[in-house]
Amino acid sequence: MEYIDRLPSMDLMRSEKMMLAQLIIPVESAHRAVSYLGQLGLLQFRDLNDDKSPFQRTFVNQVKRCAEMSRKLRFFKDQIHKAGLGLSPHPASETDIELEDLEVGLAEHEHELIEMNHNSEKLQKTYNELLEFKMVLQKAGDFLMPDGNHSADHETELDENVHTNNDYADSASLLEQEMQPGMSDQSGVKFVSGVICKSKALRFERMLFRTTRGNMLFNQAPADDPIVDPASNEMVENIVFMVFFSGEQARKKIHKICEAFGANCYPVPEDSIKRRQITRDVLSRLSELETTLEAGLRHRDAALNSIAFQLTKWMNMVRREKAIYDTLNMLNFDVTKKCLVGEGWCPIFAKTMIQDALQRATFDSSSQVGIIFHVMDSIESPPTFFRTNHFTNAYQEIVDAYGVAKYQEANPAVYTVITFPFLFAVMFGDWGHGICLLLGALVLIAREKRLGSQKLGSFMEMLFGGRYVLLLMSLFSIYCGFIYNEFFSVPFHIFGSSAYKCRDATCRYQFVPQMIFLNSLFGYLSLLIIIKWCTGSQADLYHVMIYMFLSPFEDLGENKLFWGQAVIAVPWMLFPKPFILKRLHTERFQGRAYGILGTSDMYSDEEPDSARHPHGEEEFNFSEVFVHQMIHSIEFVLGAVSNTASYLRLWALSLAHSELSTVFYEKVLLLAWGYNNFMIRLVGLAVFAFATAFILLMMETLSAFLHALRLHWVEFQNKFYSGDGYKFKPFSFASLTDEDE
Amino acid sequence: MYGFEAMTFNIHGGYLEAIVRGYRSGLLTAADYNNLCQCETLDDIKMHLSATEYGPYLQNEPSPLHTTTIVEKCTLKLVDEYKHMLTQATEPLSTFLEYITYGHMIDNVVLIVTGTLHERDVQELLEKCHPLGMFDSIATLAVAQNMRELYRLVLVDTPLAPYFSECITSEDLDDMNIEIMRNTLYKAYLEDFYRFCQKLGGATAEIMSDLLAFEADRRAVNITINSIGTELTREDRRKLYSNFGLLYPYGHEELAICEDIDQVRGAMEKYPPYQSIFSKLSYGESQMLDKAFYEEEVKRLCLSFEQQFHYAVFFAYMRLREQEIRNLMWISECVAQNQKSRVHDSVVFIF
Repeated sequence: MEYIDRLPSMDLMRSEKMMLAQLIIPVESAHRAVSYLGQLGLLQFRDLNDDKSPFQRTFVNQVKRCAEMSRKLRFFKDQIHKAGLGLSPHPASETDIELEDLEVGLAEHEHELIEMNHNSEKLQKTYNELLEFKMVLQKAGDFLMPDGNHSADHETELDENVHTNNDYADSASLLEQEMQPGMSDQSGVKFVSGVICKSKALRFERMLFRTTRGNMLFNQAPADDPIVDPASNEMVENIVFMVFFSGEQARKKIHKICEAFGANCYPVPEDSIKRRQITRDVLSRLSELETTLEAGLRHRDAALNSIAFQLTKWMNMVRREKAIYDTLNMLNFDVTKKCLVGEGWCPIFAKTMIQDALQRATFDSSSQVGIIFHVMDSIESPPTFFRTNHFTNAYQEIVDAYGVAKYQEANPAVYTVITFPFLFAVMFGDWGHGICLLLGALVLIAREKRLGSQKLGSFMEMLFGGRYVLLLMSLFSIYCGFIYNEFFSVPFHIFGSSAYKCRDATCRYQFVPQMIFLNSLFGYLSLLIIIKWCTGSQADLYHVMIYMFLSPFEDLGENKLFWGQAVIAVPWMLFPKPFILKRLHTERFQGRAYGILGTSDMYSDEEPDSARHPHGEEEFNFSEVFVHQMIHSIEFVLGAVSNTASYLRLWALSLAHSELSTVFYEKVLLLAWGYNNFMIRLVGLAVFAFATAFILLMMETLSAFLHALRLHWVEFQNKFYSGDGYKFKPFSFASLTDEDE
Repeated sequence: MYGFEAMTFNIHGGYLEAIVRGYRSGLLTAADYNNLCQCETLDDIKMHLSATEYGPYLQNEPSPLHTTTIVEKCTLKLVDEYKHMLTQATEPLSTFLEYITYGHMIDNVVLIVTGTLHERDVQELLEKCHPLGMFDSIATLAVAQNMRELYRLVLVDTPLAPYFSECITSEDLDDMNIEIMRNTLYKAYLEDFYRFCQKLGGATAEIMSDLLAFEADRRAVNITINSIGTELTREDRRKLYSNFGLLYPYGHEELAICEDIDQVRGAMEKYPPYQSIFSKLSYGESQMLDKAFYEEEVKRLCLSFEQQFHYAVFFAYMRLREQEIRNLMWISECVAQNQKSRVHDSVVFIF
């Protein structure tokens, strides 16, 4: 017994012992207590108001306020992002501000920002209009010819006069400022000019053509610079158009179409002198506006910068506050309305820490009454909580993806740490490839600190999360590779001739996971193997097992272990097991029934809401249990055979891997090396490197990984692992980060 | 090949069918509606919806909410989902999905034309249009003076063009002939959609013809009830009924000559599926008829999810979401106007 006590604690094997605790917190210290518990992060609150909808709960207003604040913060973040500024990564080290002050502050900031945006939008709009006008004026000059007399034959001269106009525009003097609608009385031909988005231009032209029945002339030229559309804040490419037509009806229709298409029309005087004056005027106003806009933008950027400095901190704070109120909403008021009553699960080792935190909360909020913390009994199964570290976390994740262990159930992650990389390596045994993987894993581990603090892409994150899995996988591959004698498919006789040949090794190493698998079954099967080991029999275990089922009475030749083993074994496996299990089951049910009786007697005067009362007694049904066990045992026997066959995939994949690498080695590298040409050798080397990196290292790794995963989930874990527990999710600030983004 | 859709359907339609079934599971349930009906303010509604799939669409709305904002954002979600499905779809599913929007397109055309007739601002009208029924040159509808121009200028480019062959006249537009235009277009649309579904064959044809027949019959009843006491002649009325459905052709003969609601009822009660709808109403009443029809429609739409490997689930999902948005609009209006006693008048529970 002493020896067992001296063993290290089996943290990973059995989940933490949990207890259900009740907290009775005075209202005045509730907020602080919950926030301290959140910092500690070791208590999982139970929702005692499950029947209430979100807006019927006690602290709904506070939750709403927090939601409103986080909306404002998202708005700021969006604005900062749009302005191309960065958030300060380190939260500002200012003293904590109260939530109320923050709320007021945020409202002020939002108001200010919206107003600034509004103003700059207006300015931007005017600016854009002027810019468009400038372009229309310039292009219109091209359309109308610089001396502006006959608009009938402008078409031919359109291209030739592009360059001349700009020079005139700058040199002409400003005489008049008024703008005239672009009309020409000489020929009865009028025109409308403006700017339209490039994507709409074709439809616009077609619509004009249809409306005027072809009695118009459409001229267009691409605008010089794209313009920011104030509505969507995106750069839009525009074209300048000019439509010539005649008649009042047509004018009305064209204006309507312009309006419908969102085309901005600008009046252009036909007289070139006036046009130059207006251009001058527009240019001067543009430069004025530009300075105003820039000043506005600077002001806004300054404001955003000051927000960006503190934004991370504010966001964390609001997120925490919201979490606290959400948690408080899970608590019940007691009868006197002076205390909040909460229930939650916590690991037993955390009891003193929680009590300590609660005491601090009482002291800090200078409450007269302390917080009561006491342990309750529960029928409900506690949550499962494994304390993992960097190394074991990934393996625990692999197991949890299949199912979370029942409370205090043996945790397959313990075995997975070794069996998973090993099974992988059996399929991926090649120490050349293994070394490549090892280098990758080491790089990830060496940069652990740096990579862990930054955001990675989904693929990198997956790699980074599994870095220790990768490390062990590569080490085992190197090991298996040595035994297989494989180095990039080249036989490498490090151990001389004593090393196993590839297929022998495969067979042999199929045998070991077989052993892991069989060991996890009941004693009968493992007994067989141990007998085999002890007697040193040459029997092939496959043959023993397969022929045992196929022809139990035939002579098994050299595969025979001892006389009549099959005759005894088959019924032994089939019949007693259900009965033994049934008896165990019966005992368990009886035990539980007593337990229920005992507890319900003791606590019959407690409130009915509590978890310690059973939600409905499980009827013990003899025939049902019996039938269930029968089915289970048949399933088990069949599963034992079919799953054994499943392990053949180890051999298949290992063979596939070695064959594939042989193909690349012989057909690419050796073939290329055969030529005495440097270029061909280089190309061959490149192709070989590429194929090794992408096909063998990436795809084969994935497929071997996948099969190892399947072997664990389906073939290994279904033998003993029920995995129907639920995970321990403590209320913790640390787990809040970026939840809602 | 009828009965063998299971073999090949999933090649192209499997992914999207899974998507649409996933969307369907996001529809609000009776429990959600019960909670929504208990809300005191629009903020409560927002808070409740934030726990549903509408959450991301409403979370950035500043606090004094309006009913229109809620409806707009909820519709935006539907539109996003529709666009996602449309971009993923291959033929003939993409055409099928496009057919679903033509109804909205007709409504939008009518909305704009009626609006310009009454000299409303075009931008204001565009905001009221259903986003699913938008097309490129919709704003230019305002230019048209009569049906012929409407067709020649704008609609010739839209998928609605073939439906217009019935109603090209040179008359000036007025309320009456706009309404006739709407129904003529809708009739042509339903018949076209019906033919398209028949062409697709299989379970799609079977289920869609049932759903479209119901739609056609409901329109026939509504046309009849709305045209009682107007100048519309019996012949014209008869022309607006779609040429398929349970009522076609004998029921149409009877509906065409109805002069009051009780005669409509008499004609409809001969058809067992509609008997149960009309038996819920008292004599002379037509107010609750809409709700009764909606309830029956929702029931039929939900049933279409019971079968697999057909396109009707897409149609059904779009319709159910639209019904849900109508429900939300009604609940929000009731809450906003403090008329909570009337909240159950028009809400049709989907599950």
